[in-house]
Amino acid sequence: MSSLEVKDLHVTINGSHILQGVNFFVPENKVTALLGRNGVGKSTTLKAIMGLNPGTGSIKFGGTEIIEVTTHKIVQMGLGYVPEDREIFSSLTVKENLSLAERDEKPDYDLVYSLFPELLTRTGQRAGTLSGGQQQMVAIARALLNQNKILVIDEPTKGLAPKLVTEVANALAHVADHSTMLIVEQNLALVKAIAQNIIVMDQGKVVFEGGPENLQNESFVKSMLGVSGGHK
Amino acid sequence: MSTFLLILITGIGLGALYFLVASGLSLIYGLMGVLNFAHGSFLTIGAFTGLWISTKVFPNPTTWTFIAAMIAGGIVAGLFALLMEQLVINRLYNRHIDQALVTVGVALVVTALLAGWFGSDARLFPTPLWFMKAVTIGNAIIPIDRFIYIGVAAILLTAMLSILKFTRIGLIIRAGVENRSMVSALGINVRLAFSTVFFIGGFAAGVGGVLISVFSYGVSPLMGGSWLIYGFIVVVVGGMGSVTGSAIAAMLIGITNQFANYYLTGLGDFVVVIILAAVLLTKPSGLLGKVSN
Repeated sequence: MSSLEVKDLHVTINGSHILQGVNFFVPENKVTALLGRNGVGKSTTLKAIMGLNPGTGSIKFGGTEIIEVTTHKIVQMGLGYVPEDREIFSSLTVKENLSLAERDEKPDYDLVYSLFPELLTRTGQRAGTLSGGQQQMVAIARALLNQNKILVIDEPTKGLAPKLVTEVANALAHVADHSTMLIVEQNLALVKAIAQNIIVMDQGKVVFEGGPENLQNESFVKSMLGVSGGHK
Repeated sequence: MSTFLLILITGIGLGALYFLVASGLSLIYGLMGVLNFAHGSFLTIGAFTGLWISTKVFPNPTTWTFIAAMIAGGIVAGLFALLMEQLVINRLYNRHIDQALVTVGVALVVTALLAGWFGSDARLFPTPLWFMKAVTIGNAIIPIDRFIYIGVAAILLTAMLSILKFTRIGLIIRAGVENRSMVSALGINVRLAFSTVFFIGGFAAGVGGVLISVFSYGVSPLMGGSWLIYGFIVVVVGGMGSVTGSAIAAMLIGITNQFANYYLTGLGDFVVVIILAAVLLTKPSGLLGKVSN
């Protein structure tokens, strides 16, 4: 079982009530995109799922309650996490960044290097000296090394040049074929390409759930995403 | 020239002792954000353990008994540090004011207990006779103990850097110093790294305590507090979380202190404070600083 069920999730940070009763379901073997304007609580939701932001309510992973489980145990249960802003270890080499992420007996370096061959040529380079796109590859690669039941990915194409967006998007599309994924992403073209479900958040709550077709057809969804016209 | 060489080597020896005190302090703050005011207690406990070994277990001092005293001092101090981390600090992560208060409390309790047990007067640390000898380099006559401090600190520096560079726990510590929440988000129990760092820091301070007892001609319950101040200065100048930074800063502080004491007639401490102020004003993160978020 690799589904994820979030019920009545509340998170308060420094006195601000950021998540105000979030409810949604991430079905098994499907890609679910969490959308919304900046500051509505998308990243906070992902961090709460990963145990990085303490919250109240219920988060069930494969039927098991994880709301009070520590982060490293959540990851060991099979939730792989790619954080916003990469958060690679800049003083470590690419190889060290990847080996730190190894959990499985046989980490899938073949998959990682087939998706991101550029990393293979930079194993000895300090990650802090990589370009933003290469750092994002390292961040995604860390999650792909292990057989995760769910991938939780936060804005993987944020701040990347268009060419790198395509490269990262292709990698995610490849992985999406055989994974359960919860992804926060502003690039709606990528969302339409890989997601089967969309969840729209506004002001700390889920305001819409449906399929990706609603991104074009539903005016309410467009307004919640702050988009006036259609998406390409 | 002979005076210059004597002061230089004495300064390096003093720096070696500062490094033993500061390296663990730096790693503990860098990785966990714990401002550990009890670190001086590790040093004192190491010194008293070494004294006990050298007077009760092996009353006839030889090179080997001194090595045994250093190792025992390091291990007992390391275990005490580990115990403190498990029983006290473990419950107070991310509560920095509480951590500072409780570590001050531990330092006071350890000092009071040792003073009650052994008395407040300093006790002479027995050493092999050859420790009292000197070697001649050029025209300079250098007490041989300086080289022992330098040698032991060099061995521990090499060991620490090797652990950090070549072991998985070292990799976790290096990553944790940079971003400990992301280490957890990779499925790693970063608390194991915390415990390891406390033991390593305690071990280095304990070994330092034995050597400082020789350098200071005595073991006293109050010795930890005074050396801890220099430990903090070295950590701030070298940069939190960097063992190499601590080593460089310890040498800088030790050598400057000795030269200033000689050429500016006792102004060594004042010059060290000037260096601290200069670093805080121009590079607050220290020479090679990095602190986990």
